[in-house]
Amino acid sequence: MSESIDQIFVRLKQWLLLPVANGPDWLVQIASSLINIFTLLAVFLTLFALMSVLERKILGRIQNRYGPNRVGPFGLLQPVADGIKMLIKEDIVPVRADKIVHFLAPVLIAATAILTLGIIPYGRGMTPFTIDGGILFFFAVGSTTELAVFMAGWGSNNKFSMLGAMRAIAQMISYELPLIITVLPVVMIVGSLNPDTMVAAQSGYVFGVVPRWFVFTPWGAAAFILFFVSGLVESNRTPFDVPEGESEIVAGHMTEYSGFKYATFFMAEYIGMFAITGLGATLFLGGWHAPVRALEFIPSYIWFFAKLGALLFVYIWLRGTLPRTRVDQIMNFAWKFMLPMAFTCIVAAAVWHYAGRGLRGWLWSFVVIAIVYTALSIFLDTRRRFAPRTYRFAE
Amino acid sequence: MNSPAFVFIAILTLAAALAAATLRKLMHAALSFAVASVGLAAFFFLLGGEFVGLVQIFVYIGAVAVLIVFTILLTRRDVEKDRGFNWSGVAIAIAVFGGLIWAIVKTQSLSVSAPEMPALTIKHIGEVLMTGYVWPLLCLGLLLTAALIGALILVMEDKR
Repeated sequence: MSESIDQIFVRLKQWLLLPVANGPDWLVQIASSLINIFTLLAVFLTLFALMSVLERKILGRIQNRYGPNRVGPFGLLQPVADGIKMLIKEDIVPVRADKIVHFLAPVLIAATAILTLGIIPYGRGMTPFTIDGGILFFFAVGSTTELAVFMAGWGSNNKFSMLGAMRAIAQMISYELPLIITVLPVVMIVGSLNPDTMVAAQSGYVFGVVPRWFVFTPWGAAAFILFFVSGLVESNRTPFDVPEGESEIVAGHMTEYSGFKYATFFMAEYIGMFAITGLGATLFLGGWHAPVRALEFIPSYIWFFAKLGALLFVYIWLRGTLPRTRVDQIMNFAWKFMLPMAFTCIVAAAVWHYAGRGLRGWLWSFVVIAIVYTALSIFLDTRRRFAPRTYRFAE
Repeated sequence: MNSPAFVFIAILTLAAALAAATLRKLMHAALSFAVASVGLAAFFFLLGGEFVGLVQIFVYIGAVAVLIVFTILLTRRDVEKDRGFNWSGVAIAIAVFGGLIWAIVKTQSLSVSAPEMPALTIKHIGEVLMTGYVWPLLCLGLLLTAALIGALILVMEDKR
């Protein structure tokens, strides 16, 4: 019974493919791809709408106000109103803008964001796009975002846009390094770049209680935190939202976009967020595996989306809690702390592997992480070495 | 090789490369270059070289193209200015193309039929890199680290 519910979407797809099952191979392939694409778009655009209203509600709750509550029950239909508003708004293109580049930037940024969703396993046998180097695909396509952001900033021919784009690219390139390096321990331990294999490697329980997720090993926990922070930066979220710091440079690279193009940027940002949290859940939180054996009757995709939702809630929570960091602080943090810690995770994972992947390996890798973390904290402690502040322009 | 996908990718790549060579605005040329390297990556995918294709996108879009646009942005005051057509560049390009064609035609491996290879997986590439070719890999890593440190030293501010 529970298995049939678990596989209900896979069965549904097979049933939808029945009419073309006797056709040529390419027809089946195209039909199958189209079903995957439409499902992915439908699910994640709905999630985007839901997320946009939930974010505002939760932020309102954190800041002790109501949030949207006029449209529909509890303000849940707010995204519909927002969507209609965005669609019928005038599309303004600056006269001095580079028209083609200005137009292509939102297209490119949305396309790459949606492509990265394809490799994530959403449930048992529910990976839309199975590819041997799935993780590599994710980061290769994700790195295209930088070019799209640059196109937006340069095509607008506006100094706020250009500054925002420069900031965005600088921090995205800096944090791409720790982001990818924190994934490497998982790749090393699993011995594959395929997300399905990574989820499969996290099945089962230690002592029959603790699930075999990588986040429960010292290197996995450290790598997960680093990955999460880098993900925050990559999706330009608070506290790392300097590229669109509205008090400084209007809206960064999105300044000259209006109407639906602006909405496309917004959507790409949220979808990039879903992709990076989805990958985090897949790599470290056991993907679609249940946390307790007794709860395995709940379908796999529900577990995946529960983990995704939990991570997204932390994103909103951080946004409601933390102020914006300065650009130089972000850069210093990336190169002086994140990068050494990410390399330490690799070493700790190797120690864990060679000490037998058991309790002994757990303790040894914990010791490695603790030593490097303590050393870095002492070494980077700037409190004692603050120079007197100098003012260059406001004396 | 005559599949519609091949023809489509070939036209896209050639058009983008031609645009990169002839477009008047430097920034448009750089972006066309990025499209051309996506086309090359698509060729690798078509030939089953998944890993090489992904690395092509990773390196050429994520790094080289961004580097080029940054270089243009940071070094030129006259980004918008038209540049004249450079005929010596055409001559050099034709010479390089001719040399490459000559080398490909002359090579031995075209006359020898390729042995039947098992499908090359990323795991296989990784194993070979970590066993047989580990010293070249390490040397490459050292070289890149040296380049990184060198770049840092170049841009480091003088204390006094």
